[in-house]
Amino acid sequence: MTLLRVEQLSKEFGGVRAVADLQFSIAAGQVFSIIGPNGAGKTTLLNLLTGVYVPSTGRIWFEERNLTGRAPYEYAACGIARTFQNLQVFFNMSALENVMVGRYLHERCGLPAAMLRFPSLGRAERETRSECEKLMHFVGLGAYLETAADAMPYGALKRLEIARALATRPRLVLLDEPAAGLNPTETLEVDALISKLAKSGITVVLVEHNMRLVMGVSDHILVLDYGRQLAEGSAEVVRRDPRVIEAYLGAAASAEPVSAGGAP
Amino acid sequence: MSAQFAQYLLTGVTVGAIYALVALGFSIIYNASHVINFAQGEFVMIGGMTTVSLTAIGWPLPLAIGAAVVAAALVGFALEKFAVEPARGASVVTLIIITIGASILLRGLATLVWDKNIHALQAFSGDTPIQIAGASLVPQSLWVMGITLVIVLLLTWFFGRTLLGKALLATSHNRLAAQLVGINVRHVLLASFGLSAALGAVAGILVAPITFTSWDVGVMLGLKGFAAAILGGLGSGPGAVLGGLALGLIEAMGAGYISSAYKDVIAFVIILAVLFFMPSGLLGTRSTDRV
Amino acid sequence: MLRRLAASRSSGLAALALVVALLPLALQNAYYYEVAILVGLNAIVCVGLNLLIGYAGQISLGHAGFFGLGAYGSAILTARYGWPPLAAMAVTTLGVAALAYLIGRPILRLRGHYLAMATLGMGIIISIVVATEDQLTGGPDGMSVPALSVFGFAFAGERVWYWVVGVALLVAVWVARNLVDSPHGRALRALHGSEVGAEVAGIDSARHKVRVFVISAVYASIAGGLTAHYAGFVTPAKVTFFHSIELVTMVVFGGMASTFGAVVGAAVLTTLPQALTLFKEYEMVVFGAVMMLTMIFMPRGLVPTLAALFDRPEGPGKASRDAGGGGIRPPAR
Ligand SMILES: Nc1ncnc2c1ncn2[C@@H]1O[C@H](COP(=O)(O)OP(=O)(O)OP(=O)(O)O)[C@@H](O)[C@H]1O
Ligand SMILES: [Mg+2]
Repeated sequence: MTLLRVEQLSKEFGGVRAVADLQFSIAAGQVFSIIGPNGAGKTTLLNLLTGVYVPSTGRIWFEERNLTGRAPYEYAACGIARTFQNLQVFFNMSALENVMVGRYLHERCGLPAAMLRFPSLGRAERETRSECEKLMHFVGLGAYLETAADAMPYGALKRLEIARALATRPRLVLLDEPAAGLNPTETLEVDALISKLAKSGITVVLVEHNMRLVMGVSDHILVLDYGRQLAEGSAEVVRRDPRVIEAYLGAAASAEPVSAGGAP
Repeated sequence: MSAQFAQYLLTGVTVGAIYALVALGFSIIYNASHVINFAQGEFVMIGGMTTVSLTAIGWPLPLAIGAAVVAAALVGFALEKFAVEPARGASVVTLIIITIGASILLRGLATLVWDKNIHALQAFSGDTPIQIAGASLVPQSLWVMGITLVIVLLLTWFFGRTLLGKALLATSHNRLAAQLVGINVRHVLLASFGLSAALGAVAGILVAPITFTSWDVGVMLGLKGFAAAILGGLGSGPGAVLGGLALGLIEAMGAGYISSAYKDVIAFVIILAVLFFMPSGLLGTRSTDRV
Repeated sequence: MLRRLAASRSSGLAALALVVALLPLALQNAYYYEVAILVGLNAIVCVGLNLLIGYAGQISLGHAGFFGLGAYGSAILTARYGWPPLAAMAVTTLGVAALAYLIGRPILRLRGHYLAMATLGMGIIISIVVATEDQLTGGPDGMSVPALSVFGFAFAGERVWYWVVGVALLVAVWVARNLVDSPHGRALRALHGSEVGAEVAGIDSARHKVRVFVISAVYASIAGGLTAHYAGFVTPAKVTFFHSIELVTMVVFGGMASTFGAVVGAAVLTTLPQALTLFKEYEMVVFGAVMMLTMIFMPRGLVPTLAALFDRPEGPGKASRDAGGGGIRPPAR
C-alpha cells in the first residue's frame, strides 16, 4: 500500500534547482532510503516532504490526501514526523520537555483549562510525562530525563530529536542523517533503533551517508544527484548501478562496485 | 507641478535625506554586528550640540563641524568597546536594552555637559529662501541634499572599492569566514560604530539650522531612522536611502494633503502595509531560510 | 520529582503572596503605598508581556498602546457615557483583545527587528490617536476618570487599592504560571527554541503567537483600566513609545522567561527612578548606567542570574540561548 507519493516535485532557489522533477512513492512499512553526494538535494527533499519548503512545482500525496502547500504542522497532524540534519532542538527546555512537545497534537487541553489549571490537566500531564519518559528510555536517553537540552552531547541530541518525532505517534518518520557525527558504537545503536522502528510498523525515510547502515536496513533506495533521480530500487540493484558508482566515485572508479562502508 | 506639491516635495526630500543618513547608520552597525543600535539618535544630538557649542566659543564653522564628527565617532567607538563588545552573544532583546540604556546615559550626559534648552545653529550659507517652481527653499536644504548625495557616493565607493569597506561587507555576510580569511572582526566592529556615529553626527549638524537642536533631538530622529532602515530593508544601503527618502516624502505629503497631526500615523500605517506584503522591507534580502 | 515541581510552582506563588501580605508593615505612608501600587500595576503588564517576550520569544515595543487603550477605554466609557466601571473595563478588555487579534495576525508573521518595528509603529499610532482625538480623550491634558466602584462600594484610598492591586497581581501571576506549565506554554517555549522544530512537532506557530499576543495585550489592558481608576486621571504619557520601552526593559531586566523575574524587574525599575530623584540632575545618567551594566553583566536578567548563583534554576530548563526576536529561523513559506 502506498503511504506517500510525489509527482513532478521540484524546488528552485533563485535559479538553482535543488530538487528536480522527482516522482516516486513510498510503501507503508518500508525503510526507504535517500542517498546521494553532498548537495544532491536530500535535505531539500525532506523539507518538501514535511511542508518546511513549499514546492516550486509538483504535488505531494499522503494516503491519497493532497498535502501540497500545507504548513508543516498540518503534515505533522497527518502523521509525518522528522528529525533534522542541523539540529532543531529546543535548547531553552529540558530533554524531557523537548519530547513532551512532540505530544502536543495528542493533548486535548483548551486554553481556559490551561490558564485556570483544571484538575483534569494535571492527570493528562502526568500521563504525557510518563509516556515521554518511556520514549526516552526507548531511544536510549534514560540518563538524560531532567538534563537541560543545552547541556547534552551531540549524539544524545540526535536521539532526542528521534524521541520527539516518535512522541507525535507518527506513521511516517523522516530521519536526516541520524548517524552523522556519531562514533561507531552510537552508529550501531542508531542502526538498531531504525530496525526497531520499522518492526513496530512505522514507515521510515532515511537520509544517510553511511553506506553500511543504508545497505543494511533499507528496503528501497532512491539515489539523487544534482536534484535528479539517478537510480531507484533495492540495495542490490542500486549498488550495482554504474551511474551511482560514477556519481559517488567519479568515472574513473566506475569499474569497482560501491563497497559497503564507503562514501563520506 | 503645483507650487504646493513642489513645496511638499522639497520638504520631504530634505527631511528624507536626514532620515536616510540616520538609517544608513543603523544599517552599517546592523551589518557588522547584527545589533540594532537604539543610541543611533544620540549621535545626531552629539553632532548638533557639539557644533553649536564650539561655534559659540568662536570656532570657525568647518572646524567645529569636523570636531563634532570626530567627537561623535569617538563616542561610537566607546559604545562598541564598553557596551556592545562585552555583551557579545547576548540575545537580541538584551542588546536592544543595552543600547537603550546607552542612549539614556548619553542624553543624561548631554544635559550635564550642555543644558536642557533648545539651540539654534547658524545656517551654513544664509537664510534667504530660494524660489524653485513656486516653492521656497532655505539654502540649508540644499546643503542637506548635496552633502547627503556626496556621502552616499562616498559610501558606495567605500564599500565597493576599499579594503576596509569590503571587510565590513564580508563580516556582515559571514563573520566566521571573514575571521578565517584574516579580517580583524573586532576592528571592523569598531569601524562600523565609528562610521555610523559620524554619519549620525553629520545628519545632526546638517539639520540643526533647520529644526534646531537640543539634548533630546535624537529620540525622534533615531526612531525615524530605524523606521526608514526597516522600510528599506535592514542591512541594505540603497534600502536605507530609499526608506529614508520615502519616509520623508510620505510625511511631507501626508502632513500637507491629509493632516499634520496624523502625519506620523500615515507614515507608520504605510510602513506596516509595506511590511505586510514585503516582510523584509523594500530592498531586504528575501532568501529561503535553510534548515 | 513531580511533587517537587508542583511544590516549587505553588511555593513561588506563596512567597509572592507572603510579600504582598507583609509589605504593608514596611509602608510608612501614603506615598510608599502609591509606589507599591504602581509596582503592582506595572508588574501585571510585565507578567503578561513576559509570556510574549520571554516565553514565546516575540518582541513587542508597543505594549504601552494596549495599556493606554485599556486606560482610555475604561475612562471614556465611565466618564463620557456613564457606564459602571466594571462593565467598562470588561468591554474595553474584550475590545483590546479583538484589536490585538486583528493586529497580531498580520504583524506576527514578521520576525526579529521587523516585528520590533511593526509593534513600535502600532504603539505610536495608538499614542498619536489618543493625543489627537481630544474630543474623546482630552488630548495632551488628559482626562479625569471616576473612581472604581462595585455594587455601590467605591474603592478609595491607597490602602484599599493596595489590596485590589495585590490580589490582581497574584491572580495574574497564577494564571501566567499555569499557562507556562501547560501544553500551551510548552508550545510557546518550543517555538521560541526552534520555530521549525515546533512546527514539525505539530504546533501551529502563527496561531500560538497571536494567542499569546492577545493574552499579553489583555494583561496590559486590565492593568491600564485599573491604573486609570486608581489615579482618577489618565494622560497620554502612559501610552507613549517610552512607556513601551520601559515595560520591555522591566521584563528583560528582571529576567526573560521567568514570571517572578518580570515582577522583580517591575519592582526595581519602578522604584529606582523614585530613589534616583536623590541624584537630581544625575538621575538619567545613573539610570542609563544601571540599565547598561545590569544587562552587560547579567544578560539573562536579575532573577535567573541570581537563581543560578544559588544553583536553583528558576523555571524549567535553562535560559534560552537566543531569546527574543531571533531564534532559529522558521520555515520559508
Ligand atoms: N534555503 C536554501 N536557499 C538556497 N539554496 C539552498 C537552500 N537549501 C538548499 N539549497 C541548495 O540546494 C542544494 C541542495 O542542498 P541540500 O541541503 O538539499 O543537499 P543535501 O543532499 O542534503 O546535502 P548534504 O549531504 O550535504 O546534507 C544545494 O546546492 C544547496 O546549496
Ligand atoms: Mg542534507
